[in-house]
Amino acid sequence: MSEFFTQAVLVATVAAGIRLAVPLLFASLGEMYGQRSGVLNLGVDGVMLLGAFGGYYAVLKTENVWLGLLVGAGVGIVFGLVTAVMSVSFKAEQGISGIGVYLFGLGFSDLLFQKWVGTPLPINAFPKLSFPVLSDIPIVGEMFFRHSAVVYIAFAAVPISMFVLNRTNFGMKIRAVGENPEAADSLGVSVTRVRYATVMIGGTLAGVAGAALAIDLKIFQQNLTNSAGFIAIALVYFGAWRPLGVMGGALLYGFVNSIVLQMKVLGIIPRSWSDIAAMAPAVVTILALVLVAQRFKPPAALTKPFERGR
Amino acid sequence: MSLEDVRRRRILAYSVPILAVLAALLIGAIMLMALHADPVKGFSRLLSGAFGSWGALTETALKATPLLFVGVGITIAFRANVINIGGEGQMVAGALLATIVALYMPDVPAVIMLPAVLIAGIVGGAAWGAIPGALKAYYGVNEILSTIMLNVVAVQLMNYLLRGPLIDPEQIGGSGIPQTERLPSSADLPLLFGSGRFHIGPILAVLAAIGAYVLLWRTPLGYRLRAVGTNADAARYAGIHVKRSIVLALTLSGAMAGLAGAVLVFGSESHRMVTDGSTAGFTGSAGFNGIVAALFGGLHPVWTIPAAFLFGGLLVGGNALQRAVQVPAALILALNGLVVIFVVSTERFRRRLLEPSPMAGDTPADTTEATTPDPPTAAPPATPGGGEYE
Repeated sequence: MSEFFTQAVLVATVAAGIRLAVPLLFASLGEMYGQRSGVLNLGVDGVMLLGAFGGYYAVLKTENVWLGLLVGAGVGIVFGLVTAVMSVSFKAEQGISGIGVYLFGLGFSDLLFQKWVGTPLPINAFPKLSFPVLSDIPIVGEMFFRHSAVVYIAFAAVPISMFVLNRTNFGMKIRAVGENPEAADSLGVSVTRVRYATVMIGGTLAGVAGAALAIDLKIFQQNLTNSAGFIAIALVYFGAWRPLGVMGGALLYGFVNSIVLQMKVLGIIPRSWSDIAAMAPAVVTILALVLVAQRFKPPAALTKPFERGR
Repeated sequence: MSLEDVRRRRILAYSVPILAVLAALLIGAIMLMALHADPVKGFSRLLSGAFGSWGALTETALKATPLLFVGVGITIAFRANVINIGGEGQMVAGALLATIVALYMPDVPAVIMLPAVLIAGIVGGAAWGAIPGALKAYYGVNEILSTIMLNVVAVQLMNYLLRGPLIDPEQIGGSGIPQTERLPSSADLPLLFGSGRFHIGPILAVLAAIGAYVLLWRTPLGYRLRAVGTNADAARYAGIHVKRSIVLALTLSGAMAGLAGAVLVFGSESHRMVTDGSTAGFTGSAGFNGIVAALFGGLHPVWTIPAAFLFGGLLVGGNALQRAVQVPAALILALNGLVVIFVVSTERFRRRLLEPSPMAGDTPADTTEATTPDPPTAAPPATPGGGEYE
């Protein structure tokens, strides 16, 4: 155990935890917008997989990681729109409809990968940034200031989301529509339009999350996300539907993962126990859901389609 | 509204899910063309591969079996207005407990062994379903999320057990495939019709579907579950223990999936429990595809029987399609996703067709529903709080 508590290992673990939190942070923040407006999108994992393949394939062909991220976002917008049509216009049961998107994404991303790529070829990763002075600070520099730009974009999305939700007209409409769509509607807010917007923001960020994951891992494979999209949904509950809470959840998840990984590398967790250790994040999530459910209530209109005059 | 009109609307309503599948297949055909594969050839091979011979039908029935078990479980949960996305994990939990019983039970004849392992499967799945049930009922935890998380936990538990304590001794020094040794032959599912493949699994699944129907519509217990699903507040007012009913619904739902897991192990050709490290490696995504079958069957256990057979056929035929036009069988999973998307998106429309139009007077739509189990018209209590008493 003592070999874990060396400076080098701890610093590397923190840095890796931050990096591992990034795809979850994108996906959870996006999902949060939808949920705050009353739409539960269970298809995040499917959209992430499609975004991951799109991003991977774009980088494989062009070697441009930013184009990869953009393709991920584009794929995400399309499936965000599909989700919005299902959940908002057709008022489909949200507990099930997202599973359709998930199965489609799981199957279709695998199909395209097998058909167009076949053998997993590695791609470029995001270039690491280095800041004058900051990156050279001992310990802190390595933990926080030697990441790729995507990491900073993801964390910048947190204060941006706080601002949007709490300080803008749009954010006020989102919250109103999520808590009391009838009242919002009577005040002239278009429930449909607000929900389309939030669900498409969610889809876009899910696509970006998938692409970021694939480019970070430099690879695509069948079921690359390994249920990360579902965990992202749980993190929205964990974070009590607030950007800072969601960030806390994503970081906790990233750290739990990086600690487990690091301990495996160091042999503190024997190989035979690595599967048990891999349960830790999901178990922590379930316990967190129990605790959060005691204290916070989801948006009142969550999963309830809006119908005038009910 | 004339009787003729009612009938016409009803036929239209029945055909909505079928149209949804056709729409999914149409998109599949477009995908095949985009991938420069011949859709006519592909789909005709898919059909013949799934339903074209006795051998194909046998494979289809076997593939449909876990879908039917899981689908029946989904309908039970859904009737109580609980959504169970945890079929994958519950299958794994049932299979693991059944495998442990088979491995560690002393040598006993099949009359004892077989019921013991099947019951173990039921218990394992039921326990894995009871956890999210209790978390929902007593702690207010969203069951969709907890069942999904428990899927993740179950896979890791399976990987740990099959790579460690339960591994086939021959694999330890060898290639290390995560699988058990050949399980005692007294636990093999008996084969029927001398086919060499067709075991009692499909029969058990059909019996389970009929049993679920009887439970839901012919027993007080089932009435209570459905009452909770239709309107929890009214049920509580009527003296029904709502929390207990929620736990029970998920427990029964999990039990069905657990049985699917046990049947998958003891009906397999290798008679081992095997994984490749992913959930789908053991279940073949049956925990999710069972949801598709249940939805297509209008969330009615009996109608889920043909639905599961259809989707089992798609899975079997997918392999034939892959061989014929070199498009990966993952296409089928994508098509199943599209079926779900279309079925749930058209659900409102379908249900509206079955309601009398507002012009037709004030006969409430669903008064007969609690008593007469008219299959696909029995509208599932889709949105929480959506199905109020009229």
